[in-house]
Amino acid sequence: MAQASDFVLAVEGLTVSFDGFKAVDDLSLYIDPNECRVIIGPNGAGKTTVLDLICGRTKATAGSVKFKGQELLTMREDQIVHAGVGRKFQTPSVYEDLTVFENLELSYPKGHGVFGALFFKRDNDVTGRIQEIAETIFLADSLDEKAAFLSHGQKQWLEIGMLLIQDPQLLMLDEPVAGMSVAERVKTAELLKRIVKERSVIVIEHDMKFAEDIASRVTVLHQGKVLSEGSMEHVQADPKVVEVYLGH
Amino acid sequence: MPARNRYFTVSEIVGFAVLAAVIFLVLPAALDTFRLNLFGKYLTYAFVAVGLVLCWGAGGILSLGQGIFFGLGGYCMAMFLKLEASTPEATKIQSTPGIPDFMDWNQITELPAWWQPFYSLPFTMLAVIAVPTIFAFIIGVAMFKRRVGGVYFAIITQAIAAIMTILIIGQQGYTGGVNGITDLRTLEGWDIRTDEAKEILYFVNGILLFVCLFVAHFIRKSKLGRLLIAMRDQEDRVRFSGYDVANFKIFVFCAGAAFASIGGAMFTLQVGFMSPSFVGIIPSIEMVIFCAVGGRLSIFGAVYGALLVNWAKTTFSESFPELWLLGLGGLFIAVVLVFPNGLAGIYDQYIAPNLRKLMPQRAAAKAPVRTANASAE
Repeated sequence: MAQASDFVLAVEGLTVSFDGFKAVDDLSLYIDPNECRVIIGPNGAGKTTVLDLICGRTKATAGSVKFKGQELLTMREDQIVHAGVGRKFQTPSVYEDLTVFENLELSYPKGHGVFGALFFKRDNDVTGRIQEIAETIFLADSLDEKAAFLSHGQKQWLEIGMLLIQDPQLLMLDEPVAGMSVAERVKTAELLKRIVKERSVIVIEHDMKFAEDIASRVTVLHQGKVLSEGSMEHVQADPKVVEVYLGH
Repeated sequence: MPARNRYFTVSEIVGFAVLAAVIFLVLPAALDTFRLNLFGKYLTYAFVAVGLVLCWGAGGILSLGQGIFFGLGGYCMAMFLKLEASTPEATKIQSTPGIPDFMDWNQITELPAWWQPFYSLPFTMLAVIAVPTIFAFIIGVAMFKRRVGGVYFAIITQAIAAIMTILIIGQQGYTGGVNGITDLRTLEGWDIRTDEAKEILYFVNGILLFVCLFVAHFIRKSKLGRLLIAMRDQEDRVRFSGYDVANFKIFVFCAGAAFASIGGAMFTLQVGFMSPSFVGIIPSIEMVIFCAVGGRLSIFGAVYGALLVNWAKTTFSESFPELWLLGLGGLFIAVVLVFPNGLAGIYDQYIAPNLRKLMPQRAAAKAPVRTANASAE
């Protein structure tokens, strides 16, 4: 059997209970290097909670989350980020009062202490990297625009860019194409395919076509447990999945 | 791209210059020593208001207890001045000569050990900065590390301000009680009660205020300043971008406390006494009102707000003492409802665009011609 350290992420026996209700129940999940895992499941299946547990936003009741052999459950949120785990929220979370450039700059992985931030210098490395990321996320022409004036889809890209600039080994995206137009979805899928080449990605998605487009493997969650796991065809053919999605 | 990295924009330089002209030229020329001293007192509140611009305006941390820090600075300075005024010769009619008069009245026969260091001016000056900063640090760690914020934080700071007042009044043998520390005379032998001293102190106060303004400006222009804005709007995003959010809040809260304390020390020097009535809930809330009226997003607005509201307070409470508090309350409601960014917001919205129209006549005149040609073609 493979060692936990062979995986980028090894989640074992993860459980969280809110007043007795188990939102995530004895869940195990293994992510390989350069894998793009899509998590699907009906509303309330615990998809977002799983991401919250991995990135430290919610404290687990039991289990373990090992990232490259390192236990995440005992670490603070910012330490988890520094270990190399990035997280995108479901609603676009960008700093609306700041420009696109400033949004990316604050995410640049330098000057994270109080005095580091106070005396942070905007040198050529920083501006160069920001330019590079802005081109990746299709926002090179909007660097001086306030984030508040971006379209919904552009905000989603900006937040992905804010994560990319930190170069995380594991990127977790919560419904990255929600509310996007068809054209934007196509561009986002293309963006994600490029991103996956250098890192592992976990994506929560409702849009089956989009999921099929990007996934290496799919995990179906239901009531906090893994219902089915495998390739998209395998999962879609699984009678348990059909039952949960189509009802009795 | 260089335009992004400039520490001063043209309008900021103009802002500093106009304020310097008001404080160092217009007010001293227009006012007699008595009124100038009053404005010097108003300006000590500007220190607090500038600190609030950092904490509240930029960082979203509303402290209703800035009077604590104003008072700590004021009391540190008052302790030094009181010790200097309590020489054995000056206090020989007391049953224990050589200690402050209020201690003698409270049957204390020996100067408490924690008063001793305040014989030293360098120590006092250090204490004016260090004591409130350390205290703010302790409050900050206790609150922000546990993620207490928003309204809860405001209420707790208010409670601490109340506790502080009760403590000062209750321990009157050590603090002078409800009367405060009064009858202050000289600073290292220099009489601070003369007209000449008052004018000099006014200018020292103005210079220190500018030092604080520059520090605040530097903080706001640094990456830390932008982080504060980011935290105010999307705290979780900042946290999940790898920052320990609490540390930044603690820093800015400490900076605000240090500013307030310098203001308090200058208040004691210019007014000649310090009492618990500048520490508690009411003065702390008034300080927030100065900042809100001036504009909580602008350091200049905060200074003008402190000047204007205090001037109004003196003027109106002389003529209509019973109406003033209602007026102040009404003003605060008006600010919140009608112009949330205060005077600075009104300036940005209505005055600045008109000024811009007047100023660069040539550039403005050329631009439309070019677009007109383009559309004609």
